[in-house]
Amino acid sequence: MRAPLPAPTLAELSTALEEGRHSAAGLKQAALDRIAALDGELNAVIRTTPERAAAAAAASDARRERGERLGPLDGVPVLVKGLIGMAGVETDGASKILAGYRPPYDATAVARLEAAGAVIVGQTNLDELGMGSATVFSAHGACANPWDPERTPGGSSGGSAAAVAAGYAPLALGTDTGGSIRQPAALCGVAGLKPSYGRVSRRGLFAFASSLDQIGPMAPRVADLVPLFRSIAGGDPLDATCRELPVPEAADCAPSELAGLTIGLPAAARGEGVDSEVIARLDAAVAFFEGTGARVREVELPHAELGVACYYVLAPAEASSNLSRYDGVRFGRRAQGVTSLGELYARSRSEGFGPEVQRRILLGTFVLSSGYYEAYYGTAQRVRGLIARDFEAAFAQVDLILTPTSPTPAWRRDEKQDDPLAMYLADVFTIPASLAGLPALSLPAGFTAAGLPVGLQLVAPAFQEARLLSVGSAFEDAHDFAGLAPVGEEA
Amino acid sequence: MLERWEPVIGLEVHVQLSTRSKIFCGCSTAFGAPANSHTCPTCLGLPGALPVFNLRVAEMAAALGLALGCEVRERSVWARKNYFYADLPKGYQISQFAEPICEHGALRFFVDGDEGEEVRVAEASIVRIHMEEDAGKSVHDGGGGHSRVDLNRAGVPLLEVVSAPDLRSPEEAAGYLKALRSIVRYLGISDGNMQEGSLRCDANVSLRPRGERALGTRAEVKNLNSFRFVAKAITHEILRQAELLEEGGVVEQETRLYDSERDETRTMRSKEEAEDYRYFPDPDLPPLHLDAALLERARARLTELPVQRAERWVAEHGLSVEDARTLSNERGVAEYFEAAVQAFDGPGAVPAKWIVGEVLRELGERNASIEALGLAPDRLAELMALVEADTISSSAGKQVFAALLGNEKRPRELVAELGLEQVSDSGALEAVVAQVIRDFPDQAATYRGGKKGILAFLMGQVMKASGGKANPKLASEALRQKLEEE
Ligand SMILES: [Zn+2]
Repeated sequence: MRAPLPAPTLAELSTALEEGRHSAAGLKQAALDRIAALDGELNAVIRTTPERAAAAAAASDARRERGERLGPLDGVPVLVKGLIGMAGVETDGASKILAGYRPPYDATAVARLEAAGAVIVGQTNLDELGMGSATVFSAHGACANPWDPERTPGGSSGGSAAAVAAGYAPLALGTDTGGSIRQPAALCGVAGLKPSYGRVSRRGLFAFASSLDQIGPMAPRVADLVPLFRSIAGGDPLDATCRELPVPEAADCAPSELAGLTIGLPAAARGEGVDSEVIARLDAAVAFFEGTGARVREVELPHAELGVACYYVLAPAEASSNLSRYDGVRFGRRAQGVTSLGELYARSRSEGFGPEVQRRILLGTFVLSSGYYEAYYGTAQRVRGLIARDFEAAFAQVDLILTPTSPTPAWRRDEKQDDPLAMYLADVFTIPASLAGLPALSLPAGFTAAGLPVGLQLVAPAFQEARLLSVGSAFEDAHDFAGLAPVGEEA
Repeated sequence: MLERWEPVIGLEVHVQLSTRSKIFCGCSTAFGAPANSHTCPTCLGLPGALPVFNLRVAEMAAALGLALGCEVRERSVWARKNYFYADLPKGYQISQFAEPICEHGALRFFVDGDEGEEVRVAEASIVRIHMEEDAGKSVHDGGGGHSRVDLNRAGVPLLEVVSAPDLRSPEEAAGYLKALRSIVRYLGISDGNMQEGSLRCDANVSLRPRGERALGTRAEVKNLNSFRFVAKAITHEILRQAELLEEGGVVEQETRLYDSERDETRTMRSKEEAEDYRYFPDPDLPPLHLDAALLERARARLTELPVQRAERWVAEHGLSVEDARTLSNERGVAEYFEAAVQAFDGPGAVPAKWIVGEVLRELGERNASIEALGLAPDRLAELMALVEADTISSSAGKQVFAALLGNEKRPRELVAELGLEQVSDSGALEAVVAQVIRDFPDQAATYRGGKKGILAFLMGQVMKASGGKANPKLASEALRQKLEEE
């Protein structure tokens, strides 16, 4: 499927719009056409939103004709993960429990994207309600990796990653709880940023684990993440956890000089379970950074290895509570023919939730129950604190921390599916930054011999997204594998 | 039976706060709106909607905590209480658990004595006060076998006030609850209206052999929504447990419901079925930090509390505890009383008598607040002074009182207008007395025959003949003298 044709970058599209060589309506239609042509195989898009896209594109074109332009996103097609609510558009989180649900309001990120002129053309596929690492647990069926349709795109934002890799749109929004933006970005050869916790409003994002969830940008190139990130970031009076802090300037996110930078490398980055070809790409990156005058040194994150265990206590605990609202009473799926309230809950929920979600609800309910709270939830909270302190200590010595994003390249879709523990280990590198609330970037770092993309992760101190984006862009500018498209029209 | 068993009672009272908007969203809290008209994505629990705390609730909670002598925490934590119910939109209630806003206070309250006993003052410890959101309401009489849900109330702010098990009788429980209602109204944080559910009470009741310190197994009686039902339900529960224990049975730890129609409590769920609420810190809400400005606003609501005020009046003015309780119950009345005492040059017992006797009777008849009465305390003080100085009789005083309501005239003007000035002139009085004795010769003879009780009748005739203006003291002296003379 891979073809050496780079998909148009955001900058190219944006310039073309500015110069009148394209219209927003034309780009919108091209995106919808490409989805129609390719998505039968990929299944990266749950539904397109042609009416809403047409209205937004028309408004953008009208602005352009008046000589007004809202910024680099004005008129650009964007896809949004199907876990982020859009007013009046059926948004089901890829779950049967929400079938037919149309939110009455837009998520803050959606409203801000459209306020920046972006044209939302559809919703992308995902693991049900954000829970999974392979975009297999979707009520709309599994999604395929554009580099090899036999393989997984990763998850849970696998649809967004696959869609931008396949060139449906130059930009997409994903959501990340334990790695759900970064891991599929790595597996699909695109860039993805999980912002700091509290950087982007969660209002309108269907909650999975509230203390970890963040919305973030995905694009073929690191540089293209910048305007998307900047458009959605910033305080929101409707989200008490969203911080009122200045949004980084575009100039601060531009490629920077790497000399003088100190990059930390934890021993686990080359440790057991990490694929040798992934280690090879990591070594190449280390060599590159050292060649530019940056210093790469080992850092210790002694509690990071407890991250996966800690995460799979805390995230299900929060999920078990967050998903209680899906009870068949006020919206979404309601079981038929029930005779009592208890039966209504039990039947609606067992018919509506898929296997992975049920597994996590049960796990979460267990770890919060009064006899086990201290042993599991209490302990996990303490471990979370230790992990955050490890990062703090490390960032006293280094500017950024480098690891693989995923220990392996994309695996075959029939692998791991029946082995939840193996699946959970796919997030071993992404989870620690999530637990610590830190911003983390996955950037394309080359390919395996079989032609599968490999991603690397950079982690920065809280609210230092600009550092990630500028270093990531500099890395990208020096290499030629970012933005390669797996599918494309022959030149 | 109760000679052997001592009741031990603790109350959990939910106070609905009188904020204009809900605790975690901007929806109105007004009572009685069409079903589900005061709702938004947040209080409907729609996916993606998040709570944002209304700081006014913390201000009110802190005010109550300060009033009850609690420690008010600078930092408190929100928790989720997880359980399923159709009228609980999110499947959990946002509440406080491990670190509530207020802890460790005390409440003083009046207790009605048994027959013949005086009203007394008692005290109970407050364990904690925490903030939480209310749930919605299920409506089961919808017809067609359907139940409906009204979420207007979902997200209305509540305080839960938890007492230590310091109460020993249904009367104490009722007294505690009345005092708490009086205080929340004093502070202006709740209307305390039990019919509309602004005050709801759960009672934990257990018995132990008298003299024993250890607590017995308790049953929780839920949803008591009037002062009368609180006392009745607790009485019923005490008797039920006493009978059970007398027969050698054991009290089960359980939750019971009070059925006011049948006047009985019955099992709602047992310990085995008890809910595990799986409390954990709410990740949508950062811990709450109270800043100095908020605490200052809370402090500005404080005032001397009703029971403390009443106790002071008993000491300062020699009021009866009963009168002091009556006068202190509502802040407006208490402040009116104090203003009347200020304006009146004489003992506080006089304004107390007038306000308890006349003012509150009038308010009761009109079902009005003291502010609506139209009688400033200084005008009442002037009227009292006229009566105390014998310028007018006390019955004339009542006429003047009635005439004072709803106008701006001074009592003196009205006395003159109505011609109510007392006749103290001895010549005029003697003439009236002589006339009455002439008009009622039989009664006069009866008196002289030794039945002195008839004097009251003759006095009544004197007052009538004088148009109520005779100075009763002088007139009765003159009457007695005249009867004895002849
Ligand atoms: Zn609301």
